Amino acid sequence: MPLLAVTVLGHDRPGIIAETTGALAGLGLNIEDSTMTLLRGHFAMMLITGGPADAATVEEALAGLTSDGSLSVSVREVPAERGTPAGSTYLLSVHGGDRPGIVSTLAGEVAKVGGNITDLTTRLAGDLYVLSAEVDLPEATDVPALTSALRAAAGGLGVEVSLLPLESDDL
Amino acid sequence: MTNDPLGTLAGLPEGRVLPVVTAPDPVLARAGSEVDPADPAIVQLAADLVATMRVSPGCVGLAAPQVGVSVKVFCVDVAQHPKTRTQHGTFVLCNAVVESATRNEKAREGCMSVPDFTGDVKRATRIVVRGQAPGTGAEVRIETDAFEARALQHEIDHCDGLLFLDRAAGAHAIHPRKTYL
Ligand SMILES: [Zn+2]
Repeated sequence: MPLLAVTVLGHDRPGIIAETTGALAGLGLNIEDSTMTLLRGHFAMMLITGGPADAATVEEALAGLTSDGSLSVSVREVPAERGTPAGSTYLLSVHGGDRPGIVSTLAGEVAKVGGNITDLTTRLAGDLYVLSAEVDLPEATDVPALTSALRAAAGGLGVEVSLLPLESDDL
Repeated sequence: MTNDPLGTLAGLPEGRVLPVVTAPDPVLARAGSEVDPADPAIVQLAADLVATMRVSPGCVGLAAPQVGVSVKVFCVDVAQHPKTRTQHGTFVLCNAVVESATRNEKAREGCMSVPDFTGDVKRATRIVVRGQAPGTGAEVRIETDAFEARALQHEIDHCDGLLFLDRAAGAHAIHPRKTYL
């Protein structure tokens, strides 16, 4: 059975999730992983579904969402991946005055050591830019060296950075 | 009307209400210097922090870096807050440090210096803090829990140049407080 990646983007209003998931359920599709948020007030949802329908059928079933032009929908078949990786081990936090290049510069430092960002949000309010990223680092990573590299890069951008282990408490 | 069981407000002059600075002001990211609690400027600052906290609705604590002064002084008053269990009224501490901290709990925090966001932060719910009273320099030891413990850790962080943004509990732990159109 194919896996489909569905994205819905556009003007927010009540009912978008109900309509989207209602159409998917009507086709017998199962929602595997999904995420939804508002990005600067825009509705943004991505989900992976499994079940007996192809991309064209799903797009047709979701056509009602796009009819007034306020939302765009895309559906495409995707291969199965290995599944959700185990929880990330570090949290990268950045805050400071907004300027171009903050995300790319700091993500570049993470990429240089083979670190993988598994979850990321950035927010801008007024002049304050805030980034939070969960990062999987290879076991052999020299964390103090990476921290220094991130600090140097952040210093050049005039922002504050921290890289802290993400602990989870088992209860 | 002063609720001062620790006696740290005794002898403070009249406080002035100071403007509160907001991120990304660099003073908020700088570790504050230790102070001489008897320094008249520090005694005045202590009074100003309390006065500024009192006129700010919902404000349960204020640290010197938030009024643009990079030193280790803050005030706290959680007496009216519903999440408070143990509380010590209104107090000011200089050079405070967390001596012991146990039992972490995650909760959502806001800050006058970060008005547009809140954040989920894990903090100890039982702590012992040591500091000095402004003026006399008398040693003060506070053993507390729940919301007062959280407020103390938040203010001590300010004195160390840290914001709740530095302690977010994950990639989805910072939340916008108002909508931008
Ligand atoms: Zn604060």
